[in-house]
Amino acid sequence: MAETLLSIRGLKVSFRGRDGSESRALRGIDLDVARGEVHSLVGESGSGKTLTAVCVLGLLPVPPARIEAGSIRFQGVELIGLPEAERRKLRGRRIGMVFQEPSKYLNPAMRVGEQILEALVLHLGLTRNEARLRAGELLELVGLPGGRRVLRRYPHELSGGMRQRVMIAMAVSCDPVLLIADEPTTALDVTLQRQILRLLLELRERLGMAILFVSHDLAVVHGISERISVIYCGKIVESGSRERVFARPLHPYTQALLASIPQASRRGTRLRAIPGTVPDASHVPAGCAFHPRCPLAVERCREEVPRLLDYAGNGGTPREAAADRSETGETHLAACHLVGT
Amino acid sequence: MVEVLLFILRRLGRLLLTVWLISTIIFFVIRVIPGDPALVIAGVDASAEDVAAIRARIGTDRPLASQYFDWLWRVARFDFGTSLSSGQPVTGLILERFGLTLSLALLGLLISLVVALPLGVVSAVRRWSFWDYLGMVFSQLGMAVPSFWLGILLLLALAVKVPLFPLFGSGSLRHLVLPAVALGIARAAVLLRLTRVSMVEELAKEYVITARAKGLTERLVKYKHALRNGLLPVVTIAGIQLGYMLGGAIIIEQVFSLPGLGRLFLFAVYQRDFPLIQGGVVFVAFAFSLINFLVDILYSVLNPRIRVG
Repeated sequence: MAETLLSIRGLKVSFRGRDGSESRALRGIDLDVARGEVHSLVGESGSGKTLTAVCVLGLLPVPPARIEAGSIRFQGVELIGLPEAERRKLRGRRIGMVFQEPSKYLNPAMRVGEQILEALVLHLGLTRNEARLRAGELLELVGLPGGRRVLRRYPHELSGGMRQRVMIAMAVSCDPVLLIADEPTTALDVTLQRQILRLLLELRERLGMAILFVSHDLAVVHGISERISVIYCGKIVESGSRERVFARPLHPYTQALLASIPQASRRGTRLRAIPGTVPDASHVPAGCAFHPRCPLAVERCREEVPRLLDYAGNGGTPREAAADRSETGETHLAACHLVGT
Repeated sequence: MVEVLLFILRRLGRLLLTVWLISTIIFFVIRVIPGDPALVIAGVDASAEDVAAIRARIGTDRPLASQYFDWLWRVARFDFGTSLSSGQPVTGLILERFGLTLSLALLGLLISLVVALPLGVVSAVRRWSFWDYLGMVFSQLGMAVPSFWLGILLLLALAVKVPLFPLFGSGSLRHLVLPAVALGIARAAVLLRLTRVSMVEELAKEYVITARAKGLTERLVKYKHALRNGLLPVVTIAGIQLGYMLGGAIIIEQVFSLPGLGRLFLFAVYQRDFPLIQGGVVFVAFAFSLINFLVDILYSVLNPRIRVG
């Protein structure tokens, strides 16, 4: 594995409700993103994938949320506990973020150009004129020809695809080393999805940044990722290279997700949905959180929380996951009692 | 640019339509309600010939259609005839008083904005803080206290006990301060609530997260991104309130003995001065529509989304 850019360990986040109830939204996230890689974080809605991204940016609303434990190291610097002024220097500068619905995440009363150039002025110290020129170039870069004219437009004057391109231009404006893309294509139609995905990969090549791609859709993820982590109920249940995860998924949840992808070869058969629903974060099942929906669950799954172990070694014998995975070469982590049995 | 021009033309059309509708309604209402103006002018003891002569003079003997088009033509020229009680042209009477009412309304609006905007914004940004509670207490009181009572209180305190301001009369800015405060406080109470609600709403929107994700300071996030959107509804409501105040603040003018439009119209109703009432209604409708028109234009400058629709 290449140099680690982002390393999350044991990240636990809980929300306190108004009635005093506590919901454990993240229950110990372990996640590594290497420099320059496209890493997908896949899970159903409510699994905590967006929340993880929000924690990396440092935009967790505290209260009602609270970070209970864990560490987020970015380029060797611990982010948890870092003063807000320092974190702000990272946001938009070293870490860019693209959100799901560009129509909601762009300011409706501000010209596109103004929204792009703010970050340039703030982080790179450009004058407004320099920043405006740069913003125009950025729009060309994200595939909006005649970017200069788009600068003067308001978000509502653009199509959905154009808005998402603007959003991306904003996120990459200061040449970040990490781009977090939270379901960037979910609100778009299928042809646009492809274009946006291609654009993200192109930008990755040109700018050399890593992408943390948050998605619920394994089919989308397949085309772009180098590494895939699967999240369930606020915990990573499996993480490995795309090839490994798709060819030999270890966790029953990953297997079920893969089986539920509609495929042309299975035309005419019923879609295989996963029975049951994602448990609410305030009522996470004991033991392995997936056991109530797992067809293979045994007694142990109900009682003991499985640890995230590395199965990349020979013969499928598990190893402890190394604390620093940049040294260990290929890893294929899974948190399930049943792997290898 | 063409788009903006079309937008302005459309709103201008709506303004003219409103004034026409009001003129028409007032024309027919005056003629439907019991009471012949000629009889009122002539008095109970007048002979039939006298009444007929007066009818001929004021034109009520002609066919309704002819009267109506004549009325519209006069409205278009801002000519509302002569007042029955004073014999002076209605337009002149109104314009004479309008300066005072306009100054009072503008000053009242200014005072309410100066109080409501900062306090409303701070209340929203620092919810449940001291400033928020202060704002809540202020707006509750402001809405509950009648402005004439506040006016009397102000007079007692700042004109009688401590004679900082004149007790009555008009002519200078100092005469207008107390009535404008009395008028503005109630408006401020409403605008403050509105500003707070609107800002709280905007601060919870997704684009605010984007602004934070860019690494902007909280100050820029709140006062550049959210404020721009949060003030939009305030502009509209402030405009409507200005429109209302232009119709004359009858009670406040009474308390402070100010010769404004409100008292003029009140007087006109007492005197059954039909030309003055008609002219007054049309004038107020026109002023109100004009303010709304200007506010619409301002709103469209502030809110680019509106121009499309």
